[in-house]
Amino acid sequence: MNDQIIAADWMFTATVLGMAVVTYAMRAGGYWIMGQVPLTARVRRALEALPGAIIVSTILPIILKGGVSTVMALIAAILVMALIRRDFVAVVLAAVVATLCRLGGL
Amino acid sequence: MRTASFPTSDLMNETPVTLSVNGCLKGIRLSIPILPGAMVFGAVFGTVCAQKGLSFVETMMINSLVFAGAAQFVAMELYQAQLTYGIMLAMIGVTAAVNMRMLLIGASLRPWLGSVPGWQTYPALYLLTDINWLLSLREYGKGERDWGIYLGSGVFLWFMWAISVIPGYLAGSVVADPSIWGLDVVLPAFFAVMLVPLWKGKRQTVSWGVAGLCSLATWYVFGGYWGIMTGAVSGALAGALIDE
Repeated sequence: MNDQIIAADWMFTATVLGMAVVTYAMRAGGYWIMGQVPLTARVRRALEALPGAIIVSTILPIILKGGVSTVMALIAAILVMALIRRDFVAVVLAAVVATLCRLGGL
Repeated sequence: MRTASFPTSDLMNETPVTLSVNGCLKGIRLSIPILPGAMVFGAVFGTVCAQKGLSFVETMMINSLVFAGAAQFVAMELYQAQLTYGIMLAMIGVTAAVNMRMLLIGASLRPWLGSVPGWQTYPALYLLTDINWLLSLREYGKGERDWGIYLGSGVFLWFMWAISVIPGYLAGSVVADPSIWGLDVVLPAFFAVMLVPLWKGKRQTVSWGVAGLCSLATWYVFGGYWGIMTGAVSGALAGALIDE
């Protein structure tokens, strides 16, 4: 199908452009909408609560799919972050804990 | 453009939002911990593209133009060598569905970037990812007002993501497994640790609890990525309704 390394199918190119356009619409759209809404105290409280809500909603399904090693890794990372506030250490430790749990058969 | 209707003075303090080379460099430095995880993810995507029969140019194109890891993987699940309009629309559709959370992520950046002129923010929003969003948010919480944090990390991550597919594509059948060395938990861990500086008290506990319940309920019923939307929106509404 692709004898040449430089070949690019026009329909594939159109698909990629479509994917890029819808993704940009999402990236810019939410920001744009919030520019049209007056920033009342209530809206600001919603925006303040939004990041944590996004994070919780994103990681909970990952945790349930990931099983014990993922849970242990994330608990370790959160504890380290709470104690010493170094995200680098926390993230590296998470990878180490996940690896150790898997080696241990968890 | 909208700056006139957007007084930054009532947002925490009067410090104006700035942009500097040093801020950009700081953004690059801060994104280094996440780099190994992101780049292995990119290499795996390169391998997937090679196995599906994409040319090198097509692989570079989809990866660097779309610049959205999870959506790219889901779209490539649907890809067939003989593309039809149906497959084309399905690939674009799942990309929109998986990236819908970007609407909310972008919305939450409004207080940070609202006073920056639109001709600067709108091109820069092309670079919006979970990672530079998390970094920018954390630094904003610490009082940082140099949005080079966002821009520098965005440009850097885009470049590294663009080249990360190359080894995976060339290696072809050598599938890199991110679960070796625990690299698959790097991004979730990066998300999780962000909760620590964000937690302030009752309002967070309640709104996050609501978000978690809605997200899980949606995930059980529909699967996929819809739980991020329902969880995030319900959590934000709960946060808005809880008075001081």
